[in-house]
Amino acid sequence: MFDFLDNPQYDLLGAFWVTVKLTLYSALGSLIWGTLLAGMRVSPVPLMRAFGTAYVNVVRNTPLTIVIVGCSLVLNQTLGFALGGENFEDIGFRMAVLGLVAYTSTFVAEALRSGINTVPVGQAEAARALGLTFSQVLRLIVLPQAFRSVIAPLANVLIALTKNTTVAAAIGVAEAASLMKTMIENEADALFAVFGVFALGFIVLTLPTGLILGWVAKRVAVKR
Amino acid sequence: MQFRKTSAALAAVLTLSLAATACGNGGDKGANGDKITIGIKFDQPGMGLKTADGKYTGFDVDVATYIAKELGYKPDQIEWKQAPSAERENLIKNGDVKFVVATYTINDKRKAVVDFAGPYFLAHQDLLVRADDNSITKASDLNNKKLCSVTGSTSAQNVKEKLAPQADLQTFGGYSECLTGLENKAVDALTTDDSILAGYAAQKEHQGKFKLAGLKLSDEPYGVGLKKGDKELRDKINAALEKMKSDGSWDKFVKANLGPANYKNEPAPAITEK
Repeated sequence: MFDFLDNPQYDLLGAFWVTVKLTLYSALGSLIWGTLLAGMRVSPVPLMRAFGTAYVNVVRNTPLTIVIVGCSLVLNQTLGFALGGENFEDIGFRMAVLGLVAYTSTFVAEALRSGINTVPVGQAEAARALGLTFSQVLRLIVLPQAFRSVIAPLANVLIALTKNTTVAAAIGVAEAASLMKTMIENEADALFAVFGVFALGFIVLTLPTGLILGWVAKRVAVKR
Repeated sequence: MQFRKTSAALAAVLTLSLAATACGNGGDKGANGDKITIGIKFDQPGMGLKTADGKYTGFDVDVATYIAKELGYKPDQIEWKQAPSAERENLIKNGDVKFVVATYTINDKRKAVVDFAGPYFLAHQDLLVRADDNSITKASDLNNKKLCSVTGSTSAQNVKEKLAPQADLQTFGGYSECLTGLENKAVDALTTDDSILAGYAAQKEHQGKFKLAGLKLSDEPYGVGLKKGDKELRDKINAALEKMKSDGSWDKFVKANLGPANYKNEPAPAITEK
């Protein structure tokens, strides 16, 4: 039943490695862009607040498939935008990371904003009384405390991101879901075994993430 | 114990809804059959397409309607069900459809799960290129070209493994996405079965823009998929297919659905799945 696993045509580990790479690059990008977005949403400048709110609400409520297929069809295929990629393999990967960052960063921003709300107002007021500017208050006082309280929600975002990478199959990135489609096309007689293998693969990726970050969250949480 | 009541109610609802979906609509309700459920593609112009106004058109649809007529069902007794490639075997195995007519290539792995009648059509893997592009005349020309196909499809695998391993292959969820790139010159060719390509080329909004390269890169005999071991139904469908060929309906269906693309079809294939 599982003899398709011995077929050298299917590079199972390679496909999951692409999934892991997609996750890591997108997670890094989302953390940076999401922090900036959260900063904008609490900033004293009305224009930045408006942009942050509009971006988060529009992108967060757009289906990820539309975001990623849109990146590929509109940016790449129609406008010829390639992010420096040479062939479709590179271009597709970069477009997928772009789409995943654009989408996931909104969830990071919202998680962080809830973390900022856990920091007592007195902290920011005291910092301002010392003469710190807004960005100094955010960077030195508020965000370090906010991050420590949102490790667990961010872990959920990371797990969701890991699973969301499967959407990249829609634009032909050779990750796990794409290999699964190939295997389903060829192995009509072992459909459920194929599903099982990929479900297990994603459990192996996401379960430890949740457990480890859950432990970290307990360790670093600010006890108030 | 409010909680236990709620969970019991929830469990009952779950069980009921599961049971309701499990019943399915196999199609043979009543002795003479009120309805017959047939699996087709909804997204392949020329072969099986659900149009914006809810009608079903295409060669597969015509063939399925003809078979249903031979089995004793009027067109308004047919219930069409979408049969995406990955789900065809399960739809048949679970009895959700009576049979599947959906560009379903007969092969051994599939024969292990379902039975086939037919084949009723012989397609070949081919390329769709821009109408003014004459640079691709053989499969190896693809090696420095940008090619588009559907994720996981046999055609995409065929190119990567055999025909042109150096080709720059972009895959999408569906063929329509490829057409955008082909029109904008982001890709040079679109590959899949020529029957499907002809359907796209023949669409009103694409007429005159694309042409088939006519390379015959593989053989794809399309069969009618049905439940394993249902020899009676298979014989009936095969008889219907024979009749469809001999009374000229087959030629009429091909001409009506694939004709506008200047598609040179193969003659109707002999039936091998008996």
